[in-house]
Amino acid sequence: MVAIAESVPKPVSRFRFILDRRDVLGSLMVAPAILYVLLLVGVPFLMAVYYSVSAYTIYNPSWTFVGLANFEQIIEDPTFRQTLSNTFIFTFGSQILGLILGKFGALLLLKPFPGRKFVRALVILPWAVPIALATVAWEWMFDSLYSVINWTLIALGIITRSNAPNWLGNPDLAMLSVIVVNAWRFFPFAIVIFLAGITAIPQDVLDAATVDGAGFWRRNYQIIVPMILPIVAIGLVFGIVFTFTDLSIVFLLTQGGPVGATSVLGFQGFQTGIVSGDVSHGAAISLFMLPVLLIVVVAMLRFIRRREI
Amino acid sequence: MQRTGLVGVLRGTSFYGAVAFFFVLAAFPFYWMLITSFKSNADLYNVQHIPFWFNDPPTLEHFRYLFEKTLFATWLLNSLIIGLCVTAITLVTALPAAYSLARMTGRNGEALGIGIFLTYLVPPTLLFLPLSRVIADLGLQNSMWSLVVVYPTFTIPFCTWLLMGFFKALPPEIEEAAIVDGCSLFGAFIRMAVPLSLPGILTVVIFTFTLTLQEFVYALTFISASAQKPITLGVATDLIRGDIFYWGEIMAGALIASVPVAIAYNLFLDRFISGITGGAVK
Repeated sequence: MVAIAESVPKPVSRFRFILDRRDVLGSLMVAPAILYVLLLVGVPFLMAVYYSVSAYTIYNPSWTFVGLANFEQIIEDPTFRQTLSNTFIFTFGSQILGLILGKFGALLLLKPFPGRKFVRALVILPWAVPIALATVAWEWMFDSLYSVINWTLIALGIITRSNAPNWLGNPDLAMLSVIVVNAWRFFPFAIVIFLAGITAIPQDVLDAATVDGAGFWRRNYQIIVPMILPIVAIGLVFGIVFTFTDLSIVFLLTQGGPVGATSVLGFQGFQTGIVSGDVSHGAAISLFMLPVLLIVVVAMLRFIRRREI
Repeated sequence: MQRTGLVGVLRGTSFYGAVAFFFVLAAFPFYWMLITSFKSNADLYNVQHIPFWFNDPPTLEHFRYLFEKTLFATWLLNSLIIGLCVTAITLVTALPAAYSLARMTGRNGEALGIGIFLTYLVPPTLLFLPLSRVIADLGLQNSMWSLVVVYPTFTIPFCTWLLMGFFKALPPEIEEAAIVDGCSLFGAFIRMAVPLSLPGILTVVIFTFTLTLQEFVYALTFISASAQKPITLGVATDLIRGDIFYWGEIMAGALIASVPVAIAYNLFLDRFISGITGGAVK
Protein backbone atom coordinates (compact mmCIF):
# COMPACT_ATOMS: atom_id res chain seq x y z
CA MET A 1 0.00 0.00 0.00
CA VAL A 2 1.11 3.49 -0.70
CA ALA A 3 1.99 5.40 2.43
CA ILE A 4 -0.35 8.23 3.28
CA ALA A 5 1.23 11.57 2.60
CA GLU A 6 2.27 13.43 5.69
CA SER A 7 0.68 16.82 5.71
CA VAL A 8 3.22 19.26 4.36
CA PRO A 9 4.35 22.05 6.63
CA LYS A 10 2.04 24.91 5.89
CA PRO A 11 2.77 28.60 6.22
CA VAL A 12 1.19 29.76 9.46
CA SER A 13 -1.52 32.27 8.78
CA ARG A 14 -3.98 33.71 11.25
CA PHE A 15 -6.47 34.38 8.48
CA ARG A 16 -6.39 30.91 7.05
CA PHE A 17 -9.83 30.20 5.65
CA ILE A 18 -11.49 27.43 7.58
CA LEU A 19 -11.94 25.31 4.47
CA ASP A 20 -8.21 25.30 3.97
CA ARG A 21 -7.72 23.29 7.11
CA ARG A 22 -7.01 19.75 6.08
CA ASP A 23 -9.02 18.11 8.86
CA VAL A 24 -12.08 20.34 8.43
CA LEU A 25 -12.27 20.03 4.66
CA GLY A 26 -11.46 16.33 4.91
CA SER A 27 -14.37 15.71 7.26
CA LEU A 28 -16.72 17.76 5.10
CA MET A 29 -15.77 15.85 1.98
CA VAL A 30 -16.21 12.44 3.53
CA ALA A 31 -19.43 13.33 5.35
CA PRO A 32 -21.98 12.82 2.52
CA ALA A 33 -20.80 9.30 1.78
CA ILE A 34 -20.76 8.32 5.44
CA LEU A 35 -24.18 9.87 6.05
CA TYR A 36 -25.66 8.02 3.08
CA VAL A 37 -24.29 4.71 4.24
CA LEU A 38 -25.25 5.31 7.88
CA LEU A 39 -28.82 6.31 7.00
CA LEU A 40 -29.51 3.58 4.46
CA VAL A 41 -27.34 0.72 5.71
CA GLY A 42 -26.65 1.40 9.39
CA VAL A 43 -30.13 2.49 10.45
CA PRO A 44 -31.93 -0.24 8.45
CA PHE A 45 -29.58 -2.79 9.93
CA LEU A 46 -30.58 -1.73 13.46
CA MET A 47 -34.22 -1.75 12.34
CA ALA A 48 -33.78 -5.33 11.11
CA VAL A 49 -32.40 -6.33 14.49
CA TYR A 50 -35.32 -4.64 16.25
CA TYR A 51 -37.89 -6.19 13.89
CA SER A 52 -36.58 -9.61 14.79
CA VAL A 53 -37.36 -9.09 18.48
CA SER A 54 -40.74 -7.42 17.92
CA ALA A 55 -44.20 -8.50 16.77
CA TYR A 56 -44.13 -6.34 13.65
CA THR A 57 -46.18 -7.36 10.59
CA ILE A 58 -47.34 -5.20 7.69
CA TYR A 59 -50.92 -5.73 8.87
CA ASN A 60 -50.12 -4.78 12.45
CA PRO A 61 -47.12 -2.47 12.42
CA SER A 62 -46.58 -2.39 16.16
CA TRP A 63 -43.15 -2.34 17.70
CA THR A 64 -44.11 -4.51 20.66
CA PHE A 65 -41.03 -6.09 22.12
CA VAL A 66 -41.33 -9.88 22.28
CA GLY A 67 -37.77 -10.83 23.14
CA LEU A 68 -36.42 -13.93 21.47
CA ALA A 69 -39.86 -15.45 20.87
CA ASN A 70 -39.52 -15.10 17.08
CA PHE A 71 -36.21 -16.90 17.09
CA GLU A 72 -37.57 -19.68 19.29
CA GLN A 73 -40.55 -20.20 17.00
CA ILE A 74 -38.31 -20.27 13.94
CA ILE A 75 -35.89 -22.79 15.35
CA GLU A 76 -38.71 -25.12 16.30
CA ASP A 77 -39.97 -25.05 12.73
CA PRO A 78 -38.55 -28.06 10.83
CA THR A 79 -38.90 -26.14 7.55
CA PHE A 80 -36.51 -23.54 8.87
CA ARG A 81 -34.00 -26.12 10.05
CA GLN A 82 -34.05 -27.58 6.58
CA THR A 83 -33.55 -24.10 5.11
CA LEU A 84 -30.56 -23.54 7.37
CA SER A 85 -28.86 -26.77 6.37
CA ASN A 86 -29.78 -26.14 2.71
CA THR A 87 -28.02 -22.77 2.93
CA PHE A 88 -24.81 -24.39 4.16
CA ILE A 89 -24.97 -27.15 1.54
CA PHE A 90 -25.66 -24.59 -1.18
CA THR A 91 -22.83 -22.30 -0.04
CA PHE A 92 -20.10 -24.85 0.52
CA GLY A 93 -21.08 -27.08 -2.37
CA SER A 94 -20.94 -24.27 -4.86
CA GLN A 95 -17.82 -22.64 -3.37
CA ILE A 96 -15.84 -25.89 -3.43
CA LEU A 97 -16.97 -26.68 -6.95
CA GLY A 98 -16.26 -23.10 -8.03
CA LEU A 99 -12.78 -23.10 -6.45
CA ILE A 100 -11.83 -26.39 -8.10
CA LEU A 101 -13.00 -25.15 -11.48
CA GLY A 102 -11.28 -21.82 -10.82
CA LYS A 103 -7.93 -23.37 -9.92
CA PHE A 104 -7.89 -25.60 -12.98
CA GLY A 105 -9.11 -22.83 -15.24
CA ALA A 106 -6.39 -20.51 -13.95
CA LEU A 107 -3.69 -23.12 -14.55
CA LEU A 108 -4.92 -23.50 -18.13
CA LEU A 109 -5.10 -19.77 -18.79
CA LEU A 110 -1.60 -19.20 -17.41
CA LYS A 111 -0.07 -20.94 -20.40
CA PRO A 112 0.10 -18.91 -23.58
CA PHE A 113 -1.79 -20.49 -26.47
CA PRO A 114 -3.38 -19.07 -29.61
CA GLY A 115 -6.75 -17.52 -28.82
CA ARG A 116 -6.10 -17.25 -25.08
CA LYS A 117 -7.44 -13.72 -24.85
CA PHE A 118 -10.63 -14.73 -26.60
CA VAL A 119 -11.12 -17.74 -24.32
CA ARG A 120 -10.46 -15.58 -21.28
CA ALA A 121 -13.00 -13.00 -22.41
CA LEU A 122 -15.65 -15.69 -22.88
CA VAL A 123 -14.84 -17.47 -19.63
CA ILE A 124 -15.51 -14.25 -17.70
CA LEU A 125 -19.08 -14.10 -19.02
CA PRO A 126 -20.88 -16.15 -16.33
CA TRP A 127 -19.67 -13.75 -13.68
CA ALA A 128 -20.18 -10.55 -15.67
CA VAL A 129 -23.67 -11.08 -17.02
CA PRO A 130 -26.52 -10.25 -14.60
CA ILE A 131 -27.10 -13.44 -12.66
CA ALA A 132 -30.88 -13.18 -12.93
CA LEU A 133 -30.66 -13.31 -16.73
CA ALA A 134 -28.14 -16.15 -16.79
CA THR A 135 -30.30 -18.07 -14.33
CA VAL A 136 -33.26 -17.75 -16.65
CA ALA A 137 -31.15 -19.25 -19.43
CA TRP A 138 -30.31 -22.17 -17.13
CA GLU A 139 -33.97 -22.56 -16.26
CA TRP A 140 -34.65 -23.01 -19.95
CA MET A 141 -31.81 -25.53 -20.17
CA PHE A 142 -33.35 -27.45 -17.24
CA ASP A 143 -36.86 -27.32 -18.76
CA SER A 144 -38.83 -30.45 -17.93
CA LEU A 145 -39.74 -31.13 -21.55
CA TYR A 146 -37.33 -29.23 -23.82
CA SER A 147 -34.16 -29.50 -21.72
CA VAL A 148 -31.15 -29.43 -24.02
CA ILE A 149 -29.21 -31.42 -21.41
CA ASN A 150 -31.75 -34.23 -21.51
CA TRP A 151 -31.91 -34.06 -25.30
CA THR A 152 -28.15 -34.58 -25.47
CA LEU A 153 -28.22 -37.44 -22.96
CA ILE A 154 -31.02 -39.12 -24.93
CA ALA A 155 -29.19 -38.64 -28.21
CA LEU A 156 -26.08 -40.21 -26.66
CA GLY A 157 -28.21 -43.16 -25.55
CA ILE A 158 -27.46 -42.62 -21.84
CA ILE A 159 -31.10 -42.17 -20.86
CA THR A 160 -34.46 -42.59 -22.57
CA ARG A 161 -37.16 -39.96 -22.85
CA SER A 162 -39.41 -41.87 -20.47
CA ASN A 163 -36.90 -41.80 -17.60
CA ALA A 164 -35.36 -38.42 -18.40
CA PRO A 165 -34.55 -36.55 -15.17
CA ASN A 166 -36.74 -33.64 -14.15
CA TRP A 167 -33.88 -31.41 -13.01
CA LEU A 168 -35.87 -28.87 -11.03
CA GLY A 169 -38.66 -31.23 -9.95
CA ASN A 170 -36.62 -33.78 -8.01
CA PRO A 171 -35.38 -32.60 -4.57
CA ASP A 172 -31.80 -33.87 -4.92
CA LEU A 173 -31.43 -32.85 -8.55
CA ALA A 174 -32.90 -29.42 -7.78
CA MET A 175 -30.27 -28.86 -5.08
CA LEU A 176 -27.59 -30.06 -7.47
CA SER A 177 -28.92 -27.68 -10.12
CA VAL A 178 -28.83 -24.56 -7.94
CA ILE A 179 -25.34 -25.50 -6.71
CA VAL A 180 -24.10 -25.99 -10.27
CA VAL A 181 -25.58 -22.70 -11.45
CA ASN A 182 -24.01 -20.83 -8.53
CA ALA A 183 -20.64 -22.54 -9.00
CA TRP A 184 -20.89 -21.71 -12.70
CA ARG A 185 -21.49 -18.10 -11.82
CA PHE A 186 -18.50 -17.92 -9.44
CA PHE A 187 -15.82 -19.97 -11.16
CA PRO A 188 -14.74 -17.15 -13.51
CA PHE A 189 -14.30 -14.95 -10.46
CA ALA A 190 -12.19 -17.69 -8.85
CA ILE A 191 -10.12 -17.97 -12.05
CA VAL A 192 -9.45 -14.25 -12.11
CA ILE A 193 -8.53 -14.23 -8.42
CA PHE A 194 -6.13 -17.17 -8.83
CA LEU A 195 -4.60 -15.58 -11.92
CA ALA A 196 -4.11 -12.26 -10.15
CA GLY A 197 -2.45 -14.05 -7.24
CA ILE A 198 -0.19 -16.31 -9.29
CA THR A 199 0.98 -13.65 -11.72
CA ALA A 200 1.90 -11.42 -8.78
CA ILE A 201 4.47 -13.94 -7.50
CA PRO A 202 7.91 -12.65 -8.51
CA GLN A 203 9.49 -15.04 -11.00
CA ASP A 204 12.87 -14.91 -9.22
CA VAL A 205 11.32 -16.46 -6.12
CA LEU A 206 10.20 -19.42 -8.20
CA ASP A 207 13.54 -19.56 -10.01
CA ALA A 208 15.44 -19.52 -6.72
CA ALA A 209 13.29 -22.38 -5.45
CA THR A 210 13.92 -24.35 -8.62
CA VAL A 211 17.66 -23.82 -8.30
CA ASP A 212 17.47 -25.00 -4.71
CA GLY A 213 15.90 -28.20 -5.96
CA ALA A 214 12.16 -27.66 -5.39
CA GLY A 215 10.07 -29.74 -7.77
CA PHE A 216 6.67 -28.94 -9.25
CA TRP A 217 4.62 -30.01 -6.23
CA ARG A 218 6.95 -28.41 -3.74
CA ARG A 219 6.86 -25.15 -5.68
CA ASN A 220 3.10 -25.41 -5.90
CA TYR A 221 2.31 -26.18 -2.28
CA GLN A 222 5.15 -24.52 -0.38
CA ILE A 223 5.53 -21.33 -2.42
CA ILE A 224 2.60 -20.61 -4.72
CA VAL A 225 -0.24 -21.64 -2.41
CA PRO A 226 1.02 -19.75 0.68
CA MET A 227 1.79 -16.69 -1.42
CA ILE A 228 -1.62 -16.49 -3.06
CA LEU A 229 -3.48 -17.37 0.12
CA PRO A 230 -4.34 -13.78 1.16
CA ILE A 231 -5.87 -12.86 -2.17
CA VAL A 232 -7.69 -16.19 -2.48
CA ALA A 233 -9.05 -15.66 1.03
CA ILE A 234 -10.47 -12.28 0.05
CA GLY A 235 -12.03 -13.82 -3.04
CA LEU A 236 -13.50 -16.58 -0.91
CA VAL A 237 -14.96 -14.02 1.50
CA PHE A 238 -16.84 -12.47 -1.38
CA GLY A 239 -17.95 -15.83 -2.66
CA ILE A 240 -19.23 -16.99 0.73
CA VAL A 241 -20.97 -13.73 1.58
CA PHE A 242 -22.75 -13.46 -1.75
CA THR A 243 -23.70 -17.13 -1.88
CA PHE A 244 -24.80 -17.47 1.73
CA THR A 245 -27.15 -14.52 1.33
CA ASP A 246 -28.25 -15.24 -2.23
CA LEU A 247 -31.86 -15.05 -3.26
CA SER A 248 -32.03 -14.67 -7.03
CA ILE A 249 -30.83 -18.11 -8.19
CA VAL A 250 -33.18 -20.03 -5.91
CA PHE A 251 -36.04 -17.61 -6.48
CA LEU A 252 -35.87 -17.89 -10.27
CA LEU A 253 -34.87 -21.51 -10.63
CA THR A 254 -36.85 -23.45 -8.05
CA GLN A 255 -38.87 -21.07 -5.83
CA GLY A 256 -37.31 -22.99 -2.95
CA GLY A 257 -39.00 -26.16 -4.13
CA PRO A 258 -39.75 -28.91 -4.59
CA VAL A 259 -41.26 -28.86 -1.08
CA GLY A 260 -38.57 -26.70 0.44
CA ALA A 261 -35.68 -28.84 -0.81
CA THR A 262 -33.76 -25.80 -2.10
CA SER A 263 -35.12 -23.11 0.21
CA VAL A 264 -32.25 -20.95 1.52
CA LEU A 265 -32.18 -18.22 4.19
CA GLY A 266 -32.47 -15.33 1.76
CA PHE A 267 -35.38 -16.95 -0.01
CA GLN A 268 -37.27 -17.87 3.16
CA GLY A 269 -36.68 -14.41 4.59
CA PHE A 270 -38.17 -12.97 1.42
CA GLN A 271 -41.16 -15.32 1.43
CA THR A 272 -41.94 -14.74 5.10
CA GLY A 273 -41.12 -11.06 5.38
CA ILE A 274 -42.15 -9.64 2.02
CA VAL A 275 -44.61 -12.06 0.40
CA SER A 276 -46.46 -13.07 3.58
CA GLY A 277 -45.89 -9.74 5.31
CA ASP A 278 -44.67 -11.33 8.55
CA VAL A 279 -41.85 -8.82 8.87
CA SER A 280 -40.60 -9.80 12.33
CA HIS A 281 -40.18 -13.50 11.53
CA GLY A 282 -38.70 -12.61 8.15
CA ALA A 283 -36.15 -10.38 9.86
CA ALA A 284 -35.34 -13.09 12.38
CA ILE A 285 -34.73 -15.56 9.54
CA SER A 286 -32.47 -13.09 7.73
CA LEU A 287 -30.52 -12.39 10.92
CA PHE A 288 -29.41 -16.01 10.99
CA MET A 289 -27.01 -14.94 8.26
CA LEU A 290 -25.27 -12.58 10.63
CA PRO A 291 -23.00 -14.99 12.56
CA VAL A 292 -21.55 -16.36 9.33
CA LEU A 293 -21.11 -12.86 7.91
CA LEU A 294 -19.38 -11.68 11.09
CA ILE A 295 -16.95 -14.58 11.11
CA VAL A 296 -16.13 -13.98 7.48
CA VAL A 297 -15.69 -10.24 7.95
CA VAL A 298 -13.43 -10.68 10.99
CA ALA A 299 -11.32 -13.10 9.00
CA MET A 300 -11.06 -10.55 6.20
CA LEU A 301 -10.08 -7.74 8.57
CA ARG A 302 -7.34 -9.90 10.04
CA PHE A 303 -5.97 -10.53 6.57
CA ILE A 304 -5.99 -6.84 5.74
CA ARG A 305 -4.25 -5.97 8.99
CA ARG A 306 -1.62 -8.65 8.57
CA ARG A 307 -0.88 -7.27 5.14
CA GLU A 308 -0.32 -3.79 6.40
CA ILE A 309 1.76 -4.35 9.50
CA MET B 1 11.98 -39.54 -29.75
CA GLN B 2 8.93 -41.32 -31.03
CA ARG B 3 7.64 -41.65 -27.51
CA THR B 4 8.13 -38.04 -26.44
CA GLY B 5 6.37 -37.02 -29.64
CA LEU B 6 3.39 -39.18 -28.76
CA VAL B 7 3.34 -37.92 -25.16
CA GLY B 8 3.56 -34.38 -26.48
CA VAL B 9 0.58 -34.91 -28.75
CA LEU B 10 -1.40 -36.51 -25.92
CA ARG B 11 -0.51 -33.63 -23.59
CA GLY B 12 -1.49 -31.11 -26.24
CA THR B 13 -4.79 -32.87 -26.86
CA SER B 14 -5.69 -33.07 -23.20
CA PHE B 15 -4.66 -29.43 -22.74
CA TYR B 16 -6.89 -28.25 -25.56
CA GLY B 17 -9.57 -30.65 -24.41
CA ALA B 18 -9.53 -28.99 -20.99
CA VAL B 19 -9.60 -25.54 -22.58
CA ALA B 20 -12.55 -26.64 -24.71
CA PHE B 21 -14.33 -27.92 -21.60
CA PHE B 22 -14.04 -24.51 -19.91
CA PHE B 23 -14.97 -22.74 -23.10
CA VAL B 24 -18.17 -24.75 -23.50
CA LEU B 25 -19.01 -24.58 -19.81
CA ALA B 26 -18.77 -20.80 -19.76
CA ALA B 27 -20.22 -19.99 -23.13
CA PHE B 28 -22.89 -22.59 -23.75
CA PRO B 29 -25.71 -20.93 -21.76
CA PHE B 30 -25.11 -17.77 -23.78
CA TYR B 31 -25.02 -19.65 -27.04
CA TRP B 32 -28.28 -21.19 -25.92
CA MET B 33 -29.69 -17.71 -25.26
CA LEU B 34 -28.55 -16.56 -28.69
CA ILE B 35 -29.91 -19.46 -30.71
CA THR B 36 -33.20 -19.60 -28.79
CA SER B 37 -33.86 -15.92 -29.41
CA PHE B 38 -33.58 -16.36 -33.19
CA LYS B 39 -35.49 -19.63 -33.51
CA SER B 40 -39.10 -19.85 -34.57
CA ASN B 41 -41.48 -21.33 -32.02
CA ALA B 42 -42.16 -24.32 -34.27
CA ASP B 43 -38.46 -25.07 -34.20
CA LEU B 44 -38.06 -24.44 -30.45
CA TYR B 45 -40.85 -26.63 -29.23
CA ASN B 46 -40.14 -29.79 -31.20
CA VAL B 47 -38.20 -32.50 -29.41
CA GLN B 48 -37.48 -34.26 -32.70
CA HIS B 49 -35.38 -31.32 -33.88
CA ILE B 50 -31.69 -31.16 -33.10
CA PRO B 51 -31.63 -28.20 -30.69
CA PHE B 52 -28.09 -26.96 -31.33
CA TRP B 53 -28.74 -25.24 -34.64
CA PHE B 54 -31.52 -23.89 -36.84
CA ASN B 55 -33.83 -26.50 -38.35
CA ASP B 56 -36.13 -23.77 -39.65
CA PRO B 57 -34.80 -20.45 -40.94
CA PRO B 58 -33.88 -17.96 -38.18
CA THR B 59 -36.48 -15.33 -37.37
CA LEU B 60 -36.71 -11.93 -35.69
CA GLU B 61 -40.25 -12.53 -34.44
CA HIS B 62 -39.18 -12.73 -30.78
CA PHE B 63 -37.37 -9.40 -30.96
CA ARG B 64 -40.30 -7.82 -32.75
CA TYR B 65 -42.72 -9.14 -30.14
CA LEU B 66 -40.43 -7.95 -27.37
CA PHE B 67 -40.37 -4.36 -28.60
CA GLU B 68 -43.93 -4.12 -29.89
CA LYS B 69 -46.04 -6.17 -27.51
CA THR B 70 -44.16 -5.94 -24.20
CA LEU B 71 -42.79 -3.17 -22.01
CA PHE B 72 -39.23 -4.10 -22.94
CA ALA B 73 -38.37 -0.63 -24.31
CA THR B 74 -39.71 0.92 -21.10
CA TRP B 75 -37.55 -1.40 -18.99
CA LEU B 76 -34.50 -0.45 -21.03
CA LEU B 77 -35.25 3.22 -20.49
CA ASN B 78 -35.91 2.67 -16.76
CA SER B 79 -32.57 0.91 -16.37
CA LEU B 80 -30.83 3.72 -18.22
CA ILE B 81 -32.40 6.40 -16.01
CA ILE B 82 -31.65 4.43 -12.83
CA GLY B 83 -28.07 3.84 -13.97
CA LEU B 84 -27.49 7.51 -14.79
CA CYS B 85 -28.96 8.81 -11.53
CA VAL B 86 -27.12 6.27 -9.37
CA THR B 87 -23.87 7.05 -11.17
CA ALA B 88 -24.35 10.76 -10.54
CA ILE B 89 -25.11 10.25 -6.83
CA THR B 90 -22.18 7.87 -6.50
CA LEU B 91 -19.67 10.20 -8.15
CA VAL B 92 -20.76 13.24 -6.16
CA THR B 93 -20.40 11.42 -2.83
CA ALA B 94 -17.64 8.89 -3.47
CA LEU B 95 -15.14 11.17 -5.24
CA PRO B 96 -14.67 13.67 -2.39
CA ALA B 97 -14.94 10.90 0.21
CA ALA B 98 -12.25 8.81 -1.46
CA TYR B 99 -9.96 11.83 -1.85
CA SER B 100 -10.45 12.81 1.76
CA LEU B 101 -9.80 9.28 3.00
CA ALA B 102 -6.75 8.88 0.81
CA ARG B 103 -5.15 12.26 1.52
CA MET B 104 -6.59 14.24 4.37
CA THR B 105 -7.59 11.97 7.22
CA GLY B 106 -4.35 10.09 7.71
CA ARG B 107 -4.31 6.80 9.57
CA ASN B 108 -7.98 7.11 10.54
CA GLY B 109 -8.85 7.47 6.86
CA GLU B 110 -7.51 4.01 6.17
CA ALA B 111 -9.63 2.46 8.92
CA LEU B 112 -12.67 4.46 7.90
CA GLY B 113 -12.16 3.40 4.29
CA ILE B 114 -12.11 -0.25 5.29
CA GLY B 115 -15.23 0.37 7.39
CA ILE B 116 -17.07 1.90 4.44
CA PHE B 117 -15.96 -0.91 2.19
CA LEU B 118 -17.24 -3.52 4.65
CA THR B 119 -20.76 -2.13 4.29
CA TYR B 120 -20.54 -3.39 0.70
CA LEU B 121 -20.67 -6.85 2.24
CA VAL B 122 -23.93 -6.24 4.12
CA PRO B 123 -26.30 -8.25 1.96
CA PRO B 124 -29.58 -6.98 0.45
CA THR B 125 -31.37 -10.00 1.93
CA LEU B 126 -30.59 -8.65 5.40
CA LEU B 127 -31.70 -5.10 4.66
CA PHE B 128 -34.67 -5.49 2.33
CA LEU B 129 -37.28 -5.67 5.10
CA PRO B 130 -36.39 -2.41 6.88
CA LEU B 131 -35.54 -0.71 3.59
CA SER B 132 -38.96 -1.49 2.16
CA ARG B 133 -40.40 0.32 5.18
CA VAL B 134 -38.06 3.27 4.53
CA ILE B 135 -39.12 3.27 0.88
CA ALA B 136 -42.77 3.25 1.88
CA ASP B 137 -42.17 6.16 4.27
CA LEU B 138 -40.57 8.08 1.41
CA GLY B 139 -43.65 7.35 -0.72
CA LEU B 140 -41.55 5.53 -3.30
CA GLN B 141 -43.07 2.05 -3.12
CA ASN B 142 -43.57 0.48 -6.51
CA SER B 143 -41.50 3.18 -8.19
CA MET B 144 -38.14 2.89 -9.92
CA TRP B 145 -36.98 5.93 -7.93
CA SER B 146 -36.80 3.67 -4.88
CA LEU B 147 -33.88 1.94 -6.63
CA VAL B 148 -32.20 5.29 -7.29
CA VAL B 149 -32.30 5.87 -3.53
CA VAL B 150 -31.19 2.39 -2.50
CA TYR B 151 -28.56 1.38 -5.09
CA PRO B 152 -25.99 3.94 -3.87
CA THR B 153 -25.85 1.96 -0.61
CA PHE B 154 -23.62 -0.55 -2.38
CA THR B 155 -22.16 1.59 -5.18
CA ILE B 156 -20.83 4.30 -2.81
CA PRO B 157 -18.83 1.86 -0.62
CA PHE B 158 -17.48 0.01 -3.61
CA CYS B 159 -16.54 3.09 -5.59
CA THR B 160 -15.07 4.96 -2.62
CA TRP B 161 -12.75 2.02 -2.08
CA LEU B 162 -11.86 1.85 -5.76
CA LEU B 163 -11.18 5.60 -6.00
CA MET B 164 -9.10 5.61 -2.79
CA GLY B 165 -6.68 3.35 -4.59
CA PHE B 166 -6.52 5.71 -7.54
CA PHE B 167 -5.93 8.81 -5.44
CA LYS B 168 -3.22 7.11 -3.42
CA ALA B 169 -1.41 6.24 -6.61
CA LEU B 170 -1.25 9.93 -7.63
CA PRO B 171 1.92 11.71 -6.56
CA PRO B 172 0.87 14.24 -3.88
CA GLU B 173 3.52 16.69 -5.10
CA ILE B 174 1.22 17.80 -7.91
CA GLU B 175 -1.47 19.05 -5.55
CA GLU B 176 1.12 20.46 -3.19
CA ALA B 177 2.60 22.46 -6.05
CA ALA B 178 -0.87 23.76 -6.93
CA ILE B 179 -1.44 24.81 -3.31
CA VAL B 180 1.92 26.57 -3.21
CA ASP B 181 0.86 28.36 -6.41
CA GLY B 182 -2.19 29.73 -4.61
CA CYS B 183 -4.81 27.04 -5.14
CA SER B 184 -7.10 26.33 -2.21
CA LEU B 185 -7.14 22.83 -0.77
CA PHE B 186 -10.49 22.11 -2.39
CA GLY B 187 -9.30 23.72 -5.62
CA ALA B 188 -6.34 21.36 -5.69
CA PHE B 189 -8.78 18.46 -5.48
CA ILE B 190 -11.10 19.78 -8.20
CA ARG B 191 -8.49 21.13 -10.61
CA MET B 192 -5.65 18.66 -10.11
CA ALA B 193 -6.68 15.38 -8.50
CA VAL B 194 -9.99 14.89 -10.30
CA PRO B 195 -8.72 15.44 -13.86
CA LEU B 196 -5.68 13.26 -13.15
CA SER B 197 -7.81 10.36 -11.95
CA LEU B 198 -10.08 10.37 -14.98
CA PRO B 199 -9.37 6.68 -15.74
CA GLY B 200 -10.50 5.85 -12.22
CA ILE B 201 -13.65 7.92 -12.63
CA LEU B 202 -14.42 6.16 -15.90
CA THR B 203 -13.98 2.79 -14.18
CA VAL B 204 -16.37 3.90 -11.46
CA VAL B 205 -18.97 5.02 -13.99
CA ILE B 206 -18.82 1.70 -15.82
CA PHE B 207 -19.00 -0.36 -12.65
CA THR B 208 -21.78 1.64 -11.10
CA PHE B 209 -23.76 1.08 -14.26
CA THR B 210 -23.09 -2.65 -14.40
CA LEU B 211 -23.78 -3.08 -10.67
CA THR B 212 -27.18 -1.43 -11.09
CA LEU B 213 -27.94 -3.66 -14.07
CA GLN B 214 -26.94 -6.79 -12.17
CA GLU B 215 -28.96 -6.03 -9.06
CA PHE B 216 -32.06 -8.15 -8.66
CA VAL B 217 -33.08 -8.50 -4.99
CA TYR B 218 -34.00 -4.89 -4.23
CA ALA B 219 -35.79 -4.50 -7.54
CA LEU B 220 -37.79 -7.65 -6.85
CA THR B 221 -38.65 -6.48 -3.36
CA PHE B 222 -39.67 -2.91 -4.08
CA ILE B 223 -41.28 -3.03 -7.51
CA SER B 224 -44.23 -5.01 -8.74
CA ALA B 225 -45.68 -2.58 -11.31
CA SER B 226 -44.54 -3.74 -14.75
CA ALA B 227 -43.96 -0.26 -16.15
CA GLN B 228 -41.56 0.63 -13.31
CA LYS B 229 -39.30 -2.42 -13.58
CA PRO B 230 -35.65 -2.25 -14.57
CA ILE B 231 -34.62 -4.50 -17.44
CA THR B 232 -33.19 -7.39 -15.42
CA LEU B 233 -36.32 -7.74 -13.31
CA GLY B 234 -38.66 -7.22 -16.24
CA VAL B 235 -37.06 -9.88 -18.42
CA ALA B 236 -36.78 -12.40 -15.58
CA THR B 237 -40.27 -12.02 -14.13
CA ASP B 238 -42.58 -10.27 -16.54
CA LEU B 239 -42.44 -12.36 -19.70
CA ILE B 240 -44.32 -15.24 -18.14
CA ARG B 241 -48.06 -15.43 -18.65
CA GLY B 242 -49.60 -17.72 -16.09
CA ASP B 243 -47.58 -20.88 -16.45
CA ILE B 244 -46.39 -20.21 -19.97
CA PHE B 245 -42.82 -19.04 -20.45
CA TYR B 246 -42.17 -17.05 -23.62
CA TRP B 247 -38.71 -18.58 -23.99
CA GLY B 248 -37.87 -16.92 -27.31
CA GLU B 249 -38.75 -13.48 -25.96
CA ILE B 250 -37.10 -14.10 -22.57
CA MET B 251 -33.85 -15.19 -24.18
CA ALA B 252 -33.92 -12.28 -26.64
CA GLY B 253 -34.40 -9.83 -23.78
CA ALA B 254 -31.68 -11.48 -21.68
CA LEU B 255 -29.32 -11.30 -24.64
CA ILE B 256 -29.89 -7.59 -25.24
CA ALA B 257 -29.38 -6.78 -21.57
CA SER B 258 -26.31 -9.01 -21.20
CA VAL B 259 -24.19 -7.86 -24.12
CA PRO B 260 -23.26 -4.35 -22.89
CA VAL B 261 -22.46 -5.63 -19.39
CA ALA B 262 -20.30 -8.42 -20.76
CA ILE B 263 -18.30 -6.00 -22.90
CA ALA B 264 -17.87 -3.48 -20.08
CA TYR B 265 -16.64 -6.18 -17.70
CA ASN B 266 -14.09 -7.48 -20.09
CA LEU B 267 -12.69 -4.01 -20.70
CA PHE B 268 -12.41 -3.08 -17.03
CA LEU B 269 -11.85 -6.42 -15.36
CA ASP B 270 -8.31 -5.80 -14.12
CA ARG B 271 -9.31 -2.60 -12.35
CA PHE B 272 -12.26 -4.36 -10.77
CA ILE B 273 -10.03 -7.10 -9.39
CA SER B 274 -7.43 -4.74 -8.00
CA GLY B 275 -10.34 -2.81 -6.52
CA ILE B 276 -11.84 -5.62 -4.50
CA THR B 277 -8.56 -7.17 -3.48
CA GLY B 278 -7.49 -3.74 -2.26
CA GLY B 279 -4.01 -3.96 -3.68
CA ALA B 280 -3.27 -7.22 -1.88
CA VAL B 281 -1.41 -8.25 -5.00
CA LYS B 282 1.06 -5.40 -5.01
